[in-house]
Amino acid sequence: MKQKLVIIGNGMAPGRMLEHLFERAPETYDVTIFNAEPRVNYNRLMLSPVLSGEKSYQDIVTHDDDWYAANGVTLHKSARIETIDRTAKTVISATGISADYDKLVIATGSNPFIIPIPGHDLEGVLVYRDLDDVERMLAAADAGGRAVVIGGGLLGLEAAAGLKAQGMEVTVLHLMSTLMERQLDPAAGYLLEKAFEERGIDVVTQANSSEILGRDGQVSRVRLEDGTEIDAAIVVMAIGIRPSAKLAEDSGLEVGRGVVVGDDMRTSDPDIFALGECVEHRGQCYGLVAPLYEMASVLADQLIGGESLYRGSVTATKLKVTGIDLYSAGDFAEGEDREEIVLRDAAAGIYKRLVLRDNRIIGAVLYGETGDGPWFFDLLKKQLDIAEMRETLVFGQAYQGGPPLDPMAAVAALPDDAEICGCNGVCKSKIVKSITDLGLSALDEVRAHTKASASCGTCSGLVEQLLGLTLGDSYTPAAVQPLCACTDLGHDEVRRLIKAKALKSIPAVMQELEWKSSCGCAKCRPALNYYLVSDWPDEYADDYQSRFINERVHANIQKDGTYSVVPRMWGGMTSSRELRAIADVVDKFAIPAVKVTGGQRIDMLGIEKEDLPAVWADLGKAGFVSGHAYAKGVRTVKTCVGTDWCRFGTQDSTGLGIRIEKFVWGSWTPAKLKMAVSGCPRNCSEATCKDIGVICVDSGFEIHFAGAAGLDIKGTEVLGLIKTEDEVLEHIVALVQMYREQGHYLERIYKWAARIGVEEIRQQILEDTDRREAYFDRFVFSQKFAQVDPWSERVSGLDKHEFKPMATLSLEAAE
Amino acid sequence: MNAAFDGWVKVGKLGDVPRRGARCIKSGDVTIAIFRTADDRVFALEDRCPHKNGPLSQGIVHDGCVTCPLHNWVISLESGEAQGADSGRSATFKVKRTGDDILLDLRDVHRAGRR
Ligand code: SRM
Ligand SMILES: Cc1cc2nc3c(=O)[nH]c(=O)nc-3n(C[C@H](O)[C@H](O)[C@H](O)COP(=O)(O)OP(=O)(O)OC[C@H]3O[C@@H](n4cnc5c(N)ncnc54)[C@H](O)[C@@H]3O)c2cc1C
Ligand code: SF4
Ligand code: FES
Repeated sequence: MKQKLVIIGNGMAPGRMLEHLFERAPETYDVTIFNAEPRVNYNRLMLSPVLSGEKSYQDIVTHDDDWYAANGVTLHKSARIETIDRTAKTVISATGISADYDKLVIATGSNPFIIPIPGHDLEGVLVYRDLDDVERMLAAADAGGRAVVIGGGLLGLEAAAGLKAQGMEVTVLHLMSTLMERQLDPAAGYLLEKAFEERGIDVVTQANSSEILGRDGQVSRVRLEDGTEIDAAIVVMAIGIRPSAKLAEDSGLEVGRGVVVGDDMRTSDPDIFALGECVEHRGQCYGLVAPLYEMASVLADQLIGGESLYRGSVTATKLKVTGIDLYSAGDFAEGEDREEIVLRDAAAGIYKRLVLRDNRIIGAVLYGETGDGPWFFDLLKKQLDIAEMRETLVFGQAYQGGPPLDPMAAVAALPDDAEICGCNGVCKSKIVKSITDLGLSALDEVRAHTKASASCGTCSGLVEQLLGLTLGDSYTPAAVQPLCACTDLGHDEVRRLIKAKALKSIPAVMQELEWKSSCGCAKCRPALNYYLVSDWPDEYADDYQSRFINERVHANIQKDGTYSVVPRMWGGMTSSRELRAIADVVDKFAIPAVKVTGGQRIDMLGIEKEDLPAVWADLGKAGFVSGHAYAKGVRTVKTCVGTDWCRFGTQDSTGLGIRIEKFVWGSWTPAKLKMAVSGCPRNCSEATCKDIGVICVDSGFEIHFAGAAGLDIKGTEVLGLIKTEDEVLEHIVALVQMYREQGHYLERIYKWAARIGVEEIRQQILEDTDRREAYFDRFVFSQKFAQVDPWSERVSGLDKHEFKPMATLSLEAAE
Repeated sequence: MNAAFDGWVKVGKLGDVPRRGARCIKSGDVTIAIFRTADDRVFALEDRCPHKNGPLSQGIVHDGCVTCPLHNWVISLESGEAQGADSGRSATFKVKRTGDDILLDLRDVHRAGRR
């Protein structure tokens, strides 16, 4: 029988512990986790990039729902444990769920500390600990105004930089005289303060907040002890954390500042372990992941009867604010027995200080250039004698033993046991060995197999250099493909930043995202125009000069500069009246060619541009609208005759196709979107090679997607079997909207699906009802602005200039 | 005709041409595309791509260039030269702005017409 392992708290430490456990002994335990947060395990370190808009929540999930399912773990979300009954060996959650354990792990992390000054309980006083806090801050940033951050430590500064990036005015109040005084000496603290002020963030040091003032229960100002008052739409308290040990204390376990454990990670109850920030070990509590990961590895081993012990950690700190490089480790206070080496380069904004005792590094502070941080930290941890290289030590590793090395050579020169990833304690030899033994060739793979650079990410560059070094020329860095030569950003970043920074015009995107050309090129402008149309359907003013000619004039240009016109024929159905109208137009304008297309429409080819509005006017009178045969948008819905006529038809495929087409026509999509509905699996409308297809069967409708039959050939994937027509419409529309929001410009559905995963799409559209409905609603909203027939608009005079020459000169005038 | 006629004729107003866009002028068999850039400079090219005669006036205008609508060659508005790896040249015409008016040098157009 498997033993029962229960874990309280689903943070970063137990997540890592379980990975070790499942790798070493997957069959030992039945695991149940209780988490107070309503979600899976995510990388808490990356909340700051989410706040600043550089990443999304999806990007920082460590274990998704599938992971728990695959490993047989029961995860209770939104279930805070309130009682541990040590006699019955049971835990009970506030929601009334109970679970028995053989072994229990307490991993409750820590709680942000709130200074109990008057007003601390007003609406708008926030802390910075989890995703909900980030969402609250983002909501506040939407409303604008000033954010006051109390606390100039790591968290406070990351919050301040993030809120500033979101467009708020920001003031940081710090009690001490320099920022991050626990990690930085005053000189580095000063440089840091200057860097923040250069970004337009006000920093007030020696600021003792005495009261938070409110209006109607909502914060409005912060008052300092000296009487100064500062306006505040929100206040973020980031003054420190306290191990969350109350639950352990209430259960009668030994608790000091945190839950006390021995080197074997056991609490005072041998069947109960503690792990992570809630722990006190040898009198120390930790607030960084590196030591927690070391504990996680030891605990996994203990749980399967191993004998690993945890003996404490030395930690190093980095600040994750884009553009500010800062590294600190060890002890850097001044003292009798200590010497220091300082390097300053004011022009370059560099400051480095090493604190030595007996020719050994005991502390390091680096500002402005931190590349040598891990090397100094390595010397510090190993307590190596540096007497021989003392003269050049501060210049870094590249200067040791001869002329400076290039970065590659410096990495090559690192000893095998040099630590590359501080967060996860991964050394050089482990990375190199994984690359060679497992045949890894990309940063993501190294991340997956070794965890190096998987947490705060600051060592990604080093890992890439190791890849380059190990693989030589065969290594091609998987840098994001830039959208075009005007930017280094890829499509995904651009789309995310458009949303995060609420950019609503092409010039705004180019300015804010630092485009390298003055007005873009023929690659980025149409892409940006689509992204803006798709993201801000009600607010964005479509820029026709950034559309390709076909979309600008609503017809397809031909090789001789004439145009073709394809009116919409809903579901491929037509009538004698429509055919007669087409015949009349062909005669009247002497249109040279008429063709039945592959998409069940009629194409009139060879029309002069000047004639287009008149052609459309006549077609419009007969009830035709544009067929969008030119659009990166919804093209055609092909149908077959279905139950109306066919002896095999199982459903009204023609009616359903027409219904879908009438619902989605006019919508712009990343690339063209073609659909089909077939009345039975004989599939006469070829639905199984379309972007989206439906195959009707007796029991309902099979929805297909991600087929291709152009440059590539690929059969569709099945989304699922749906019972009613109404639901089919909802699913298809939601799928179209998901693709509209996520696709790269010019990326067909099958390529998008390959990139993000068919399973992910199925999960979001088929299984997650709330999401599906939200996608559906957003599509319906955007259709309000899209379902306008572009032909009739132009017949009534819009864009007249497009269809007429500006002047006709008679040359005789010049004679 | 006025004796002082110097060849320049008014062909339209700046506002007739969309920013980062073009309008055409027909003169016999020749079509001339008048381009207006984002910073309101104007250029005139024959509306024929050196590749396969694509109508350049229908392309996307960016910086000092236009991307042909048929196969994406990029043509300099100033010189008419194809950019990058492609080679070829479209005819250019003298064009200038006086206040809001766009003027074209007809003597230039005439030469093209006789070509
Ligand atoms: C008219 C038509 C051929 C015909 O006479 O039947 C046609 C004509 C063109 N197709 Fe097509 N395709 C036509 C059906 C198809 C089909 C079959 C279908 O829709 O059932 C395919 C394969 C399915 C697909 O969409 O992939 C098809 C795959 C393509 C592709 C390859 C797309 C791909 O990503 O693989 C292109 C090139 C592109 O879009 O970049 C293309 C591009 C074109 C263009 C727009 C070429 C161009 O850039 O000028 C042609 C425009 C002619 C015009 O002015 O009307 N056409 N083309 C068909 C019009 C369908 C309709 O009723 O709307
Ligand atoms: C914004 C931010 C940036 C950071 N940046 C860095 C960095 O750059 N480098 C670094 O090393 N560290 C950083 N840290 C610190 C790091 O995130 C923590 O050290 C780490 O997450 C702690 O892991 P943990 O598993 O102990 O606790 P947590 O990850 O905090 O998880 C504890 C979980 O337990 C839940 N819980 C608590 N009580 C109960 C209960 N009674 N029942 C059920 N569930 C409960 C909580 O809701 C929480 O989800 C940062 C932290 C924050 C907030
Ligand atoms: S296959 Fe399509 S793109 Fe190719 S020539 Fe025919 S119509 Fe044009
Ligand atoms: S005709 Fe202009 S690029 Fe081919």
